[in-house]
Formats: sequence, C-alpha cells, structure tokens
Amino acid sequence: MTPFATQHLIEITYLVATALFILALKWLSAPSTARRGVLAGEVGMVLAIAGTLLHHGIVDYTWILIALVVGSIIGVPLGMVQMTAVPQRTALSHACGALCVTLVGTAEFYLRAPDVPRFMMAVLCLEVILGSLTFTGSLMATGKLQEVLPQRPITYRGQNLVNLSLLAISLLVAARLVLHPEQKMLFPLIIGIPLVFGVMMIVPIGGADMPTVISLLNSYAGLSAAAMGFVLDSKLLIIAGALDGSSGFILSVIMSKAMNRSFTNVLFGAFGQVQTSAGAAHEARTVHSATAEEAATILAAANSVVIVPGYGMAVAQAQHKVRELFDVLSKRGVDVKFGIHPVAGRMPGHMNVLLAEADIPYDRLLDMDAINPDLPQTDVALIIGANDVTNPAARTDQSSPIYGMPILDVDKARTVMVIKRSMNPGFAGIDNPLYYLDKTLMLFGDAKGFVGDIVRELTGGGH
Amino acid sequence: MTFDLINSLYVFMLAGFIGFEVIRRVSPLLHTPLMSLTNALDAIAVVGAIVIAGEAKSTLSTVLGTIAVVAAMSNVVGGFLITDRMLRMFKTAKPKKT
Repeated sequence: MTPFATQHLIEITYLVATALFILALKWLSAPSTARRGVLAGEVGMVLAIAGTLLHHGIVDYTWILIALVVGSIIGVPLGMVQMTAVPQRTALSHACGALCVTLVGTAEFYLRAPDVPRFMMAVLCLEVILGSLTFTGSLMATGKLQEVLPQRPITYRGQNLVNLSLLAISLLVAARLVLHPEQKMLFPLIIGIPLVFGVMMIVPIGGADMPTVISLLNSYAGLSAAAMGFVLDSKLLIIAGALDGSSGFILSVIMSKAMNRSFTNVLFGAFGQVQTSAGAAHEARTVHSATAEEAATILAAANSVVIVPGYGMAVAQAQHKVRELFDVLSKRGVDVKFGIHPVAGRMPGHMNVLLAEADIPYDRLLDMDAINPDLPQTDVALIIGANDVTNPAARTDQSSPIYGMPILDVDKARTVMVIKRSMNPGFAGIDNPLYYLDKTLMLFGDAKGFVGDIVRELTGGGH
Repeated sequence: MTFDLINSLYVFMLAGFIGFEVIRRVSPLLHTPLMSLTNALDAIAVVGAIVIAGEAKSTLSTVLGTIAVVAAMSNVVGGFLITDRMLRMFKTAKPKKT
C-alpha cells in the first residue's frame, strides 16, 4: 500500500474505534447491555492499536512489542484484584494513564521545541501539568486507600496558600514557555512543580472525601488525554479524553452534591479537622442496645426491611454475611431492599459492586432517591457500617457541619437498628442524633460477627 | 494549522456533549464499572505512545514512549478485565440472565 492509502486505513480504524467507544458507554447505561459495552470497547481498542502499528513513521517495532507485552502482563493482576480493592486499583490506573500522557507530552516537547506554535505549546503545557499532578495525586490516593499512607487528613497553617502558589507558579512558567519556546530549560519545572502539587493536593484529603477526589482525578486524567489529542492532532484521542473527562466531571458533581459541598470545599476544606469538638460537647445520653437474639426476633416479625450499608461493611468484609441475612429473611417472606447513598464507600458505586459480588440481585439495590419515599413505610432500617449518611442532623440542625447534605431518611422507619463497634462518632466527628431515638436499637459489635449471629438466630441456632 | 485547531475544538466540544448525555444515563448502580471502563478507554493514549516509541527519533523519546506504552497497556488490559469481572456479578433474582 502507498503511505497515503495506509494513512486512510488508519484513520478509518480510528473512526470505527471512536464509534465503538461511544457505544460502549451507551450500552453501559443498563446492567443488561453493559457487558456488550465492554466488548465494544475492547474491539475498538484492538482496532485502534492494530491500525496504529501500520503508521508510516514507525521504523522500529522492537520496543513497541516489548512494551505492549510487558504492559499486558502488568495489566492482568491489576484486573484480577479483589472487589474490596477496586478503589485503590482505580486510583492506580488513573496514575498510569496520567504517566503515559505526561511522558508522551515530554517526548513531544523535546522532539519539537522550539518550533512549536503558541497555541500548541499552551496545550502541551496543559497536558504535562495536568498529567503530572494527576500522576502523583493518584498515587497518593492509592496509598491512602491501600492504607500505606495515613487516611486521616493532614493539615497545616497556610496549606491552601502553599498549594495555590505551586499551581500558580507552574502556570506562570507555562505562560513563559508559550511566549519563549526556545527556553527549553524551563520545561522540567512544569513537570516537577505539578508533581509536588499533586502530593500536596491529596495530603489534606480524608477517606470519606475519596469518592469525590477519585472522580476529580478521573476527570483530570481524561482532560490531559484530550490535550494530548490536540497536540498529536488525533480526533480519536480528543474524543476518548473528552468522554473520560466528562464522565469524571459528572461523577464529581454527583458526589459533591451528595455531600452538599463544592469542589473547592472538598479540595481545600480539610473537612476532617473541622468538628472534632462538637461530638464531645454533648452530654452522655442514653441509647438502647439489643442483642442478636432480640434483633433477629424483630427482623423476623417485620414485613419490610431496608439495609443501609456503608464503608464499615466493606472494612469488616461483612457483605457475604449480609447476603446470608438477605436470603434468610427473603425466604421468610420479608421484603428486603438495600438503600445506597451515593458517597457510601470509597468510590462512586462501591457498595453496589460489593453487594453484587456477594450475589445480591441488583434490582434490590436502590439509590437514595428511590429508597427514601419507601422508608416511612418500612418496618426496620438496618444500618451496617454507615454513619454520616444517615444523620438526621443534616436535615434539622443548621449548626451541624453536614447540614443540607442529602441523607437516607432511616429515622422515618418504624424501627432503626444500627450495627456499630462503639459509640465513636464518624469520620467528621459529628454526633448522630439517630442513635438516641427511642425507636433506635444499637447493636454493638463487629459487623460481620453480628450479622452472622443474627443469621444463626434466624435459622434456629443450627448452621 | 489554525484550521486544524478549530476542527479539533469542535470535535472536543461535541464529544464533551455526547459524553455528558451518554454518561448522565448510566445508572448509579454501575458507577464503579463506569469509572473503570472510561479508564480503559482513556488508555487509547497508547496509540500516541506507540508512534513515539517506534519513530526512533531520539533515545529520550524512544525510552519515554516505551514506558508510556507499558503504562497505558496495563490500563487497557487491567481496565477491561476488571470491568467485565464486575459486570458479570450484577445479576437479577432470576438466574440465567446476563
């Protein structure tokens, strides 16, 4: 084939790949078609990679083939991680994506500079800045989620000033490069400073903010890939980057709304430090506690039960015991549903994946807006390892730091049961008035063990 | 060059709108698989890295390109694999339905 014809062939594989990528996301909208979506994405990816290998500029395939094989080998274990490890795996893959974009941007710069048009240089700088900060930011998020790094937010005086200055300096350097593309020695600065910024950006982030932060990093990774598409003049990359960017953006908006906070507040707020004293100030009020036997009796007598899982369920690995409870109660004719708050867990949709893994049918998993109208007619709301997302102070107490946050209205159920290790408050140290209601029973213990005890009571001591 | 740029901006804008409309319809149930799938698709950046790694224009660009291909390819394989594993777990109460 002539180089010209080959070029067209490549463009056509890219065109088909683009269509398949859009279809992939469209089919992901419902569980029934979602796997077809993955297949569409895979076919598109293989086509695009195969097409690229025909590129006339490629003179040596050795390193490409080695890299493709090594990358695939690394990818397999990353695709086989436990479901509980999905948040940190996702953060790690944001880091890999950002690394790729940053390295390609760097290579492009040294191949082309100083002969780069101004706009191109601006986009190239944006690509590298976004890529670098996403790289270290995502690595930090991975570390926190994997608990290699402390999960507690770390704050210090002037933190926001330091962070904003770092960002401002890298943008200034980028602007200088746009105006003076021959000053090549400035380029390492717009990699190095954003790398530091990425670390500093995640330092004040607490575990409960992770769903928003992961979504934001996802969005950055997408935008940096789109910027790379501008530099390489590749429509395929621009579109894939824009799709990823908008996905991350939509998820961040959903997560922020579910916490009633703005992006800036998540990134610069250091929520965890705000309210540690508020909980302690309250008088010791009485709570009603119950044993597994009592809880089992109440559950068995109920017509409808809504289970509200939170990150605590994931930590205790209680999802399989919860499935047993679901089975036992369903067999007795109890209507069991799950109420899932958008920010329950450490990433968007985290609880759904864990419960689906435990074989709970997905039509029993309802999101907040779907379950809230049902709660006033619900006999028992059983809360497992969730706290702030059930706190009625968000509706009633204007002085509460989470006032205005949409919550699951579990306090409207006829009886509330809360499985909790102790009376320690949640991540933000906010007291939960739910626990002091007359209709609330506290079930103190480990989530996995306690649910197991209830199941044993319900199945008549055997098992 | 400027003409290409305007074209690219149009493409970016339209893709942004499509992304917004398509992803808005994804059920919250599938938000985790959504993120891992978009991650895998985003790794299409591998095509740019492949060209850089194979052009042999400078040692630096070959080295950077090769590492970039490894990073992106791990996302391609890992991303598709885990998305499919997750989606296989989503079942309705009636068995034998995909």
